[in-house]
Amino acid sequence: MSAPDFDSLSVEAASVLRQPSAWDRVRQSGSVRLGGLVLLLLVLIALAAPWLGTVDPSLFDPASRDLLPGKTGEITTLEGETLKHRFLMGSDSFGRDIYSRVIYGTQVSLIVGLFTAIVAMALGILFGLLAGFLRWLDGPLMRVMDGVMAIPAILIAISLVAMWRGSLSTVVVAIAIPEIPRVTRLVRSLVLSIREEPYVEAAVSLGTPTWKIMGRHILPNCVAPLVVQGTFICASGILTEAILSFLGVGLPPDIPTWGNVMAEGRAQFNEYPHNIFFPGIFLALTVLAVNILGDGLRDTLDPKMAKRV
Amino acid sequence: MLSFLARRLLSTLPVLMVVAVLVFLMLRLTPGDPAAVLAGDAASTDQIAQIRASLGLDRSIPEQFGIWFANVLTGDLGESFYYKTKVTTLIGQRLEPTLSLALVTITLAVLVAVPLGVLAAWRFGGWLDRALMGFSVMGFSVPVFVLAYLLIWLVSLKLGWFPVQGYRRLADGAGSWIYHLALPAVTLSVIYIALIARVTRASVLETLGEDYIRTARAKGLPESTVLLRHALANAAVPIVTVIGIGVALLIGGVVVTESVYAIPGLGRLTVDAVLARDFPTIQGVILLFSFVYVMVNLLVDLSYVFFDPRIRY
Repeated sequence: MSAPDFDSLSVEAASVLRQPSAWDRVRQSGSVRLGGLVLLLLVLIALAAPWLGTVDPSLFDPASRDLLPGKTGEITTLEGETLKHRFLMGSDSFGRDIYSRVIYGTQVSLIVGLFTAIVAMALGILFGLLAGFLRWLDGPLMRVMDGVMAIPAILIAISLVAMWRGSLSTVVVAIAIPEIPRVTRLVRSLVLSIREEPYVEAAVSLGTPTWKIMGRHILPNCVAPLVVQGTFICASGILTEAILSFLGVGLPPDIPTWGNVMAEGRAQFNEYPHNIFFPGIFLALTVLAVNILGDGLRDTLDPKMAKRV
Repeated sequence: MLSFLARRLLSTLPVLMVVAVLVFLMLRLTPGDPAAVLAGDAASTDQIAQIRASLGLDRSIPEQFGIWFANVLTGDLGESFYYKTKVTTLIGQRLEPTLSLALVTITLAVLVAVPLGVLAAWRFGGWLDRALMGFSVMGFSVPVFVLAYLLIWLVSLKLGWFPVQGYRRLADGAGSWIYHLALPAVTLSVIYIALIARVTRASVLETLGEDYIRTARAKGLPESTVLLRHALANAAVPIVTVIGIGVALLIGGVVVTESVYAIPGLGRLTVDAVLARDFPTIQGVILLFSFVYVMVNLLVDLSYVFFDPRIRY
């Protein structure tokens, strides 16, 4: 009778007992893979924009106005050199290449989405921690947040941009402001529930300073729901920027954004619908990818939230 | 019930007060001289001084707010810089198209979304359920103006079923009114349907797991009665809540939809006012929209009594 093989036994037991980590579940989620893949592709398009057969998106040529997709025309560079160029997505009423404007527009949309999420999260986390920890501030701060939430988001964004004039930073901040209350509420509720946990009580009774409790105990527990929330803010930021540009109150019209390309194409939509459809497809696809990614993250990282929706 | 109503009405006051302060401060936080901002780029120094005096900008900020707020309470939203008429008159003229669009959209959305959500929950995991969940992600992602142009192109330009743009007053005939509203309402309802159907599905799914559903089935009730009288009736509160919350989404959508379909309503007024930097009008419209949003959600709270008799105020 041989001695039991403890080594193989323990390995087997460990593999049975080992729970899939959050990261494993995220990686195996079909939604995360699909959304992430499309998003990665868009990031690559944005980064490689100059090498994708594009011309300078601000170049125009009166001789190549309103070309249909796929037609070849001429375009004059800033140096005065006239090039033959194939307008894959046609041209607009100034004779600008829509393909180049849409490809470069990817950069603007992704930057706006990312920074809207960052700004809204940073301020939301700050306010949420303050409201959760400083009891005297909680009431007044949350009443202000209630007020902000009572104003439809798009109205806040368009009136702020109207007053500040459109630039990348004002547009990002104006879109981020109406998103702050939701993050604040989320962080505040997490703080209020986590601070009742025994390990936080233990830290408090050991005399750990408040800022250290926030950073070491509270915030790490907020990461998963915040990542999910951030993804959805990113999607709505991309959408809102396009709406602002489309309505003519966003970034200046010469900046190639999907909303601006569509705004330019509005007047001649009946004859040249491609001016609106190509940027529209990119916009819808991007927002869809981010939303699918967010759904996947929510289902895997935040099962409690997944149940509610 | 009455005391609850009074308390609940009172509780909306702080929110509305904060909204008023925020709307007021939006203008005051603008970098530079508000009078110069209001006067626009082409104004002379005299005009700017006049505006400053008429706004009472020489007074302290709290004093200014007091005067403005007192005016708002008496129903005076000031005079539009661009249209040179009272903002309240302006809003009155633009109210009908927006109200029509919103009501038709809500009706359409509820009539489509609730049955879809119930059926999806009933056949959980089936093709309808999966199609609905796919549609709801799509509905949240396709921007309302892209959808608007897609529908105009397909339904109006290619098929010629509906007019491309425009609005007819209800007083000029209900047929023509709904004919012109159909496409904008369908456009606007998509995101709303996505939202309501999703919540209906989740809520009904939860009630379908309850014991009383099994009892109802066991005593031989027809499945339609089980679904409607037992499952949906008990799932109503979250559905009504999301219809109320969704009104914010609807207001955002109205601004875009009216712009695309050239409907002369409040959304169009908002965009025109923003483009003209007509601040009294912007303030007035934001105040009105926020007020409506808060009131709708108050009504939703009160409707819980009706949908769930266990709730007593």
